Amino acid sequence: MTNSKLLAGVILALFGFVGTPVRAQNINAAGATFPYPIYSKWFDEYHKLHSGIQINYQSIGSGGGIRQLTDRTVDFGASDGPMTDEQLKQAGFKILHFPTVLGADVPSYNIPGVTAELKFTPEALAGIFLGKITKWNDPAIASANPGIKLPADDIIVVHRSDGSGTTYIWTDYLSKVSGDWKAKVGTGTSVNWPVGLGGKGNEGVAGLIKQTPDSIGYVELIYAIQNHMPYGDVKNSSGAFVKASLEGVSAAAAGTAIPDDFRVSITNPPGKEAYPISSFTWLLIPAKIQDPAKRDAIKGFLVWMLTTGQQYCEPLSYAKLPKGVLASEQKAIAMIQ
Amino acid sequence: MATPTIESIGIRSSPHGLLRRLCSGDEIARLITLVFALLTVAITAALVYQLWVLSALSRHAFGWHFFISQEWDPVFNKFGALTFVYGTLVTSAIGLLVAVPLGLGAAIFLAELAPRRLSDSLSFLIDLLAAVPSVIYGLLGVFILVPLMRTEIQPALKHSLGFLPFFQGPAYGIGFLTAGLVLAIMIVPFIISVSREVLLAVPKDQREAALGLGATRWESTWKTVVPYAKTGIMGSIFLALARALGETMAVTMVIGNNPRISASLLGPGYSIASVLANEFTEATGNLYLSALIELGLVLFLLTFVLNGLARLLIVVTTQRGSGVAQL
Repeated sequence: MTNSKLLAGVILALFGFVGTPVRAQNINAAGATFPYPIYSKWFDEYHKLHSGIQINYQSIGSGGGIRQLTDRTVDFGASDGPMTDEQLKQAGFKILHFPTVLGADVPSYNIPGVTAELKFTPEALAGIFLGKITKWNDPAIASANPGIKLPADDIIVVHRSDGSGTTYIWTDYLSKVSGDWKAKVGTGTSVNWPVGLGGKGNEGVAGLIKQTPDSIGYVELIYAIQNHMPYGDVKNSSGAFVKASLEGVSAAAAGTAIPDDFRVSITNPPGKEAYPISSFTWLLIPAKIQDPAKRDAIKGFLVWMLTTGQQYCEPLSYAKLPKGVLASEQKAIAMIQ
Repeated sequence: MATPTIESIGIRSSPHGLLRRLCSGDEIARLITLVFALLTVAITAALVYQLWVLSALSRHAFGWHFFISQEWDPVFNKFGALTFVYGTLVTSAIGLLVAVPLGLGAAIFLAELAPRRLSDSLSFLIDLLAAVPSVIYGLLGVFILVPLMRTEIQPALKHSLGFLPFFQGPAYGIGFLTAGLVLAIMIVPFIISVSREVLLAVPKDQREAALGLGATRWESTWKTVVPYAKTGIMGSIFLALARALGETMAVTMVIGNNPRISASLLGPGYSIASVLANEFTEATGNLYLSALIELGLVLFLLTFVLNGLARLLIVVTTQRGSGVAQL
């Protein structure tokens, strides 16, 4: 054999050894933007513990997540709103919902001269967003805020222009507390708003509220906390005015009866300490996963998420799941086959 | 030219001469460039085909009603394009109304009246303006233009021109007028650079002839040079219009995102590109998605029709004798 042929043979043999596949699991997921910070923290921490498992998450929005999962281009999805019966039927295969963390919407406002924290009743919020209550000193708002001088200015409503889970939570709450809203507008990630200016993303809404005097809008609780935005208290179904907080949100989840498939809305729940505009956010996992390695990896992650993973929630300002829900979910993991 | 030989005629008309023709560099170049030209046509055709196919659900559900309906309700699945077409046309119209006099004036200055060094350095800066991403213009709009509009300009307009229906209603700061102004700022560089190039290309004889006949500097510019360059200038305007029709991010940030038709320019509105940018990723229902894609098709049609009208306008005015000095 010539020297060059020998050299080529040696190199090919080396490639043969090096090319032995390492048991790396690459799992793809996509979906909601709201829980993206906590998900990326979880996937990162989990990868540190199990270096062979890498979960890639794309925060393209709840709608995108549902679509990608239905088309089976990702292994699992994530959504701020539970899938409807129609969407589940369209998917053609069984999809399980696993709540991960809790979020909430808060009403933020900018009224020149008013620095106190306002209290909003459900009727007031529905009326403002329906366009029926048009001035700040309307009795519906003033009666809940005695002692605060509200101006006789027009209310400028701000809402989300892009489809989002934040809008889903807000409209779900308004549909529950106002029959008018439910008939005229309804619940959805994108709705036909009767009045108002649209801002893109939480940052768009926040920007519009900050810049426009006499405005009111809704943003995610975490966003409001991290950006030091003033937000008001909301009256819950027990009659108490609650300021949104992680405890109030967890209380909302604890106070609601959770069905077996976890597809439940926890807005306007019973409970004195519950914050009424709260919601779960879910991971959407197919009930049947063909690849055994992937199945074990995903199940392992879910177990870790429901135990060790919960400690990462509060530093990132997400509310933890209540113990009852954690226990039911751990039982439900067995349904993944 | 050499007398046509039987050989050369034969090669041109016989197919088996193709292989022999391909040996010549000219033929290869012709073929390659033909393929590239056809490729662009093919890409456009494929685009339209995809839009047509994916919007089938919405087209069958709404038919022609889609073009005249003002509803946009994702919850109850009722969709219509009228409010968005209105918003797109109004903001582009305002953009053009502001940008054309500004751009043309600047181009005339740079081409005719400014010293060459100043003209070159200014046009370099203007070309840089054209390269700024649209999101930056959007941010400039939100943080600088919107507060200015809300506190100074719109109240002033309401005070002086409030009797017109265009300037009535509350002054939010964001809305049709602000979006139109942001668009104007974005399309002005296109008008200036192309018009300036076209004006510089007008032969010196035209100017000299006019000046020789006793025209003033301005008369020679306005009545001989500009009409000579009319085709190119109109081309630049329609290029700018095409950009304005499709502009997304900058418009989304300042238009108010409220689908309604109102005579008042101070109120919020919505454009086709904005609604696509806002709602496409989260659109879950099939009909919803299909309606959004049909909106994309409508925008394409709009651009097509406006460009067609542009071409028609150019043909009509050119037939009246272009390149001829009219004093």
